[in-house]
Amino acid sequence: MKTILRPALTLLLVMTLITGVIYPLVVTGVAQIAFPAQANGSLIRKNGRLIGSRLIGQPFDSAGYFWSRPSATSPQPYNGLASGGSNLGPTNPALIAAVKARIAALHAADPGNRAPIPVDLVTASGSGLDPDISLAAAYYQAGRVARARGVSVRQVRALIAAHARGGELGVLGTPRINVLELNLALDAMK
Amino acid sequence: MTAQSWGLLALLLAVTLLAVKPLGLYMARVMEGEPVPGLGLGARFESWLYRLSGVDPAAQMGWKHYALALLVFNTLGVLLLYALQRLQGWLPLNPQHFGPPSADSAFNTAVSFVTNTNWQSYTPETTMSYLTQMTGLAVQNFLSAATGIVVAVALIRGLARHSAKTIGNFWVDVTRATLYVLLPIATVIALALVSQGVIQNFSHYQQVTLLQPVTYPQPSTTAAGASRLQTVTTRTQTLPMGPVASQESIKELGTNGGGFFNANSAHPYENPNAWSNLLEMFAIALIPAALTYTFGFMVGDTRQGWAVLAAMMIMFVGLYAVCNHSEQRGNPALSALGVSQLPSAQQSGGNMEGKEVRFGIAGSTLFSTLSTVTSTGAVNSMHDSYMPIGGMVPLLDMMLGEVVLGGVGSGLYSMLIFAIIGVFIAGLMIGRTPEYLGKKIEAFEMKMSAIAILVMPFIVLTGTAIAVSVAAGRVGVANPGPHGFSEILYAFTSAGNNNGSAFAGISADTPFYNTALGIVVWLGRFWPIVAVLAIAGSLAAKKRIPVSAGTMPTHGPTFIALLIGTVLLVGALTFVPALALGPIVEHLMLWSH
Repeated sequence: MKTILRPALTLLLVMTLITGVIYPLVVTGVAQIAFPAQANGSLIRKNGRLIGSRLIGQPFDSAGYFWSRPSATSPQPYNGLASGGSNLGPTNPALIAAVKARIAALHAADPGNRAPIPVDLVTASGSGLDPDISLAAAYYQAGRVARARGVSVRQVRALIAAHARGGELGVLGTPRINVLELNLALDAMK
Repeated sequence: MTAQSWGLLALLLAVTLLAVKPLGLYMARVMEGEPVPGLGLGARFESWLYRLSGVDPAAQMGWKHYALALLVFNTLGVLLLYALQRLQGWLPLNPQHFGPPSADSAFNTAVSFVTNTNWQSYTPETTMSYLTQMTGLAVQNFLSAATGIVVAVALIRGLARHSAKTIGNFWVDVTRATLYVLLPIATVIALALVSQGVIQNFSHYQQVTLLQPVTYPQPSTTAAGASRLQTVTTRTQTLPMGPVASQESIKELGTNGGGFFNANSAHPYENPNAWSNLLEMFAIALIPAALTYTFGFMVGDTRQGWAVLAAMMIMFVGLYAVCNHSEQRGNPALSALGVSQLPSAQQSGGNMEGKEVRFGIAGSTLFSTLSTVTSTGAVNSMHDSYMPIGGMVPLLDMMLGEVVLGGVGSGLYSMLIFAIIGVFIAGLMIGRTPEYLGKKIEAFEMKMSAIAILVMPFIVLTGTAIAVSVAAGRVGVANPGPHGFSEILYAFTSAGNNNGSAFAGISADTPFYNTALGIVVWLGRFWPIVAVLAIAGSLAAKKRIPVSAGTMPTHGPTFIALLIGTVLLVGALTFVPALALGPIVEHLMLWSH
């Protein structure tokens, strides 16, 4: 048995040192030199204050901002410490009730708009931190945002078009827009 | 299916297939003990390590010795990982000052990571210290993958050698698989992931000031002890940090699947965009696909490897198509409310509950199919919220025994067992003694193959039956009706196949589930491994029969069809009744009105 225990224990400890300490430290070292912004969270600062990450969504519910997707994190939406989805099944009455409430909230904020609502705007994301909405969801909200801000719909639509992303290599990215960046651009618009 | 869905599949298959031959050849070199070009330093380190461990690298082991070494090595891994979790409160690199997880949770996690399962009943960002994640969980990501590779290689040696008593040296195999295969590839992928936005640091969690304050209901307790909802407003968001990329890359490359965060690969810090998503899928498929070439090369006929890979790929495309179609079609209950689920130039449409916009339907369903045909179990979308048929595909992927690519190593050795069963069935039909690659398949191999194949359905169905019969099992269910049954069935299927994904609504962080699933995970991993090593030992000892006119070729379309048929037949016959009670009845209920 000793001929098995000694190599087992030695290899386990040496491999722990190599793959558990040296490997992550080397990757961290190179990453911090080569890609410091990405390695530290793609953070956005304004006047020295941390106001978000390009990759992590934030909740919005005022008429003058584009709304993000519903988030199932608890207790608050977009809770960075409790990433996850609703895990509601497709036939669960609680899912249908939640979607109805979201539709009602969108209609209440924009009573004149009876266009079909893009699905991502009424369904919770997998992470609860989804930074994007579909282009369809952005255009759906353009009228409401323009009215609340007192600018023309044309200006808002132009802003959406300028921030639209997707279609990498023709098959990779979906048509989408980063909500926080879009809303920061709205605030910067004069 | 949309053109984008087909295009993404084609892109993934193209980049994977391009890597099969070079990586397959490289792994054959490494595992046959040849010096690795450019790694002369590695050879010197290797011989120092063997001296330190008291290992004679030239000594070969019989199958029993090999199996014992493997079991001891993995058992010690469980003990070390358990201790590390329970002691993390006293250890360094714990900036958030997390205490120890409960005993049953730590047991479950330890067994789960050592067996390449990575079922996670805990919430990582509020449970595990950086030290535990790095030196415990990530280390087992490497070692469990290496364990899978060496078992596959031992079985290949059994087929390739003849009149031999031994199948290799476990210590040398596990060292070389880790140092020369997993470590270099993981490093490159980790850095590529960082370039796309996956984080890699040791910072404290970051406090963000939100652009718009958020108001939400917070449960609280009144002075009288009654609970109520209180409206709270906050301006801040906490962003978790950590050495994520180094763990993310080996999590996919080793088909492990345990996320640094609760949302796993749906979390933007684990999988920030469509490029990282493609890279992660490539990492999952890479080694299982390339090992088929290693197999063909080592048995001296590369067509044998391509035939196995072809059988895998045909099933993969079919499973993906079903899953993708079901999710793209969307939820009829939402269409009835006036929600637009049609794909267009402005949205991917489909069933978006539990999915991320940046992946859409194509990137989500391709990932979920790949992650469950392999033993990865990483998720970039929540399977619990899939449509009934869309969610049945991941379940079915696992029930087929994870032989479509499959886990690193485990996919190949499980598929070769199906090949042995396939030639046995063919032999019965034409009335000849079955043989595979010049080795006669006899009673001992068939008994061991039957064990290797039947352990999984046995523990999965028994476990499910017990869980639905006792209150401790039923209380964990989150969704009503047949979907709740699917959640339990999924949990045991995932554990029995060492997958680790979940219908995650289920509350599995209870002593009942932590213990039951921990046991299922252990049996599902090591029982078949011992049977496979026994077959390897027995085959190695046999003489090689020369090819004759009566030999059934095992590289042509007939064999590919036979192999696919065997896999589907065994999986379908075993699990169709259980599937009928879960996803199938849910599908009929949903679409009947």
